[in-house]
Amino acid sequence: MAQHLKSSKSTFLNVLRHSLAFGSPSHASPHLRHNLPHGGPPSIKKVSPNPLTRLCNTMVDTLSSSHEDTNSQVMDFPGGKVSFTPEIRFISESNEERVPCYRVLDDNGQQLPNSQFVPVSKEIAVKMYSDMVTLQMMDNIFYEAQRQGRLSFYATAYGEEAINIASAAALSPDDVIFPQYREPGVLLWRGFTLQEFANQCFGNKSDYGKGRQMPVHYGSNKLNYFTVSATIATQLPNAVGAAYSLKMDGKDACAVTFFGDGGSSEGDFHAAMNFAAVMEAPVLFICRNNGWAISTPTSDQFRSDGVVVKGRAYGIRSIRVDGNDALAMYSAVHEAREMAIREHRPILIEALTYRVGHHSTSDDSTRYRSADEIEWWNKARNPLSRFRTWVESNGWWSDEAESDLRSRIKKEMLEAIRVAEKTEKPNLNHMFSDVYDVPPLNLREQELLVRQAIKSHPQDYPSDVPL
Amino acid sequence: HKYLFIFTEEINFTAILTSPSISPLRHSPWGKKMAARIHGGAGAGAATALSTFNPKKLVAPSRTNLPAARSSKRCIVAAAGSDASKSLRVGHSQKLIANAAVATKAETSATTGTGHELLLFEALQEGLEEEMDRDPHVCVMGEDVGHYGGSYKVTKGLADKFGDLRVLDTPICENAFTGMGIGAAMTGLRPVIEGMNMGFLLLAFNQISNNCGMLHYTSGGQFTIPVVIRGPGGVGRQLGAEHSQRLESYFQSIPGIQMVACSTPYNAKGLMKAAIRSENPVILFEHVLLYNLKEKIPDEEYICNLEEAEMVRPGEHITILTYSRMRYHVMQAAKTLVNKGYDPEVIDIRSLKPFDLYTIGNSVKKTHRVLIVEECMRTGGIGASLTAAINENFHDYLDAPVMCLSSQDVPTPYAGTLEEWTVVQPAQIVTAVEQLCQ
Repeated sequence: MAQHLKSSKSTFLNVLRHSLAFGSPSHASPHLRHNLPHGGPPSIKKVSPNPLTRLCNTMVDTLSSSHEDTNSQVMDFPGGKVSFTPEIRFISESNEERVPCYRVLDDNGQQLPNSQFVPVSKEIAVKMYSDMVTLQMMDNIFYEAQRQGRLSFYATAYGEEAINIASAAALSPDDVIFPQYREPGVLLWRGFTLQEFANQCFGNKSDYGKGRQMPVHYGSNKLNYFTVSATIATQLPNAVGAAYSLKMDGKDACAVTFFGDGGSSEGDFHAAMNFAAVMEAPVLFICRNNGWAISTPTSDQFRSDGVVVKGRAYGIRSIRVDGNDALAMYSAVHEAREMAIREHRPILIEALTYRVGHHSTSDDSTRYRSADEIEWWNKARNPLSRFRTWVESNGWWSDEAESDLRSRIKKEMLEAIRVAEKTEKPNLNHMFSDVYDVPPLNLREQELLVRQAIKSHPQDYPSDVPL
Repeated sequence: HKYLFIFTEEINFTAILTSPSISPLRHSPWGKKMAARIHGGAGAGAATALSTFNPKKLVAPSRTNLPAARSSKRCIVAAAGSDASKSLRVGHSQKLIANAAVATKAETSATTGTGHELLLFEALQEGLEEEMDRDPHVCVMGEDVGHYGGSYKVTKGLADKFGDLRVLDTPICENAFTGMGIGAAMTGLRPVIEGMNMGFLLLAFNQISNNCGMLHYTSGGQFTIPVVIRGPGGVGRQLGAEHSQRLESYFQSIPGIQMVACSTPYNAKGLMKAAIRSENPVILFEHVLLYNLKEKIPDEEYICNLEEAEMVRPGEHITILTYSRMRYHVMQAAKTLVNKGYDPEVIDIRSLKPFDLYTIGNSVKKTHRVLIVEECMRTGGIGASLTAAINENFHDYLDAPVMCLSSQDVPTPYAGTLEEWTVVQPAQIVTAVEQLCQ
């Protein structure tokens, strides 16, 4: 490139274009040094042969003549003052080092030296661990039920139990949750019973959703957990709206929304982050970066250093956490919540983890990743065993407690499924209710037509759906 | 700057042209042309021009007919020229009063000296302000709704009165602020979401369809979404294809939402208030060209029923169903029709989803002929659905097939002359009625 260099205006521009194309400042600077005056005192008007520097100098002169400001290395633009630089330097697309990941326990569940974390009482720790076990067992049994044909569909949260439970534990019951679909643990923590989970999965009369949604699309207004909407990332702007509402009411609560690495590609993610920052809304954006969006690995999802760096783009404080470390998750969410409410700001938490299970029962992930990889994460990096080690090291848990818990949960689950399966489905009129507050004429007519059709073909109508 | 130019409808309400708050027509080249059209006259040739108009080409008149049709239009408008204009205005306001007597109990109009005159956008603002005073949960969000007062000044003064939080300026992302409104509604607020132009709400379609319309249902009734989504739409004056959309076409299938279209200051205020009080998500369609309509509305508080149609002019010979801006084209055609001895019944359907089949049905049973005049495109518009609904429900009462005049299935051209021909004009309405009433 040096051979092409002549000190003429057009060549300078060519060099500029060349550097712009390759985006590497190192190519341009040696040549630029030949042509540009180095940060000399701006009062000396150097008429540079180069249009770029001539422009810069003119701007600086204008500034220094129109402002009292003695720091004339500064330019005024909408948005504030920026200092200028005569060097053409592009911000690198990534830092040299990736953002470090906050963790408290090592892979074996031993507390790391110098680890900072929010202390957890025995009750909370035991409840956290028990709920993680419950979540895992619930997933096991529902998954099996689907494989046996008793459930139409299911999605597990294997590998993400710590994210689910620890984040819920760090929040208050008034915090409103906007889930994606892999966070039933938050509901579990807040007191949703196994029976209630089963009711929704079987879509029976006792389901709060009145049998209208697929399994795992839970919702509970009394537990402040907003009904899962299958569309990816649409809950993010909803959460910002809820945070806005909480801010208006001056409540000591925040909105919390979960999404995956795939969800961070959706337009709604970027818009919601931007809005939250501008509105100064108390909302936590918790990204479960589990490495996979169905079959798409994160390398095909984005080219940034994960999701945590995107926070800065929107002016949002962010942190990267080891999502399989229950204590780290707890502390991060706890601190984030304080900041969000006290300072009225959004916080982004990227929880690194691994999706041990398939995307859902409609997926077989061994088709796109090795079974060894899955197995390694399941065994060596398991969030439950790590936390269990720590809980036991405090003398708060034992093998006996473990087996008691597991047998109790298993019994409860099987009973819940048995009852849910037997319970009647919702009435036919619920096909038409809740579309509006009161069914309008056209819906009443349509219901009549359906009932007429059933009357003339009763053998085609399912026997377990009451009229 | 988008939308600093507000163009107004040229017929009947000559008072519009003097409205100070919007950049007045007289300053724009279009304004001059408009004025020329109103005061120029085609004179005697006009009467014959109408009869040469080819009745078969109602929706898309052929180019050969273009000059004739235009002059005929000029004729009609010229009737609203200097001498006739006063009587016309009086005539219209008398009609409003007369119709009010026929209108349903819920809507009593200002017949006596009480009441106050205002423009349609002011009526919307008044309704919104009253609801915000009444209920602290009502809030507004959208682009430039705060201190700028909204692109069409519907939210003027509200930010000063209620603060920046309750009248929220948002960054430019329709899907995001619509989603925000939905989330806020689920947590107890009653947001009024403004789309700067209805066409922009296409970006919010995901939130409107998947969350707004559905979440009350899929949550089993646990969460209500009492949002109002409003904004101007329809074909304006040379706003270009992207800004001349008729979103009611696209939204009408979404289950769970209600749609209403306002057309007068009276029903604009009434529908705004009713929409805010409704527990269902309501989409309120305003029209870019109707913001400067002036009318006297009652001082007392009133609400319009969201699901009711409005009887504009009772009649015996034919039912003309219309809404929004086309109401005025229909009324203009009605004048001509009356002179020709016809007695059209004009109903402003107002409720686009669900249709007020009660009012419409009663009318069809009386007149046995239906003409629908809409601004939507031919395919899949409100008119298409309404035609189907009437055929299904009132087939036995019809003496002639339901006729529907719509815009063509083309993007709205920018050229003013072409744009005019994408919108149903009064002459075409007259011809259609004559054809139906043969």
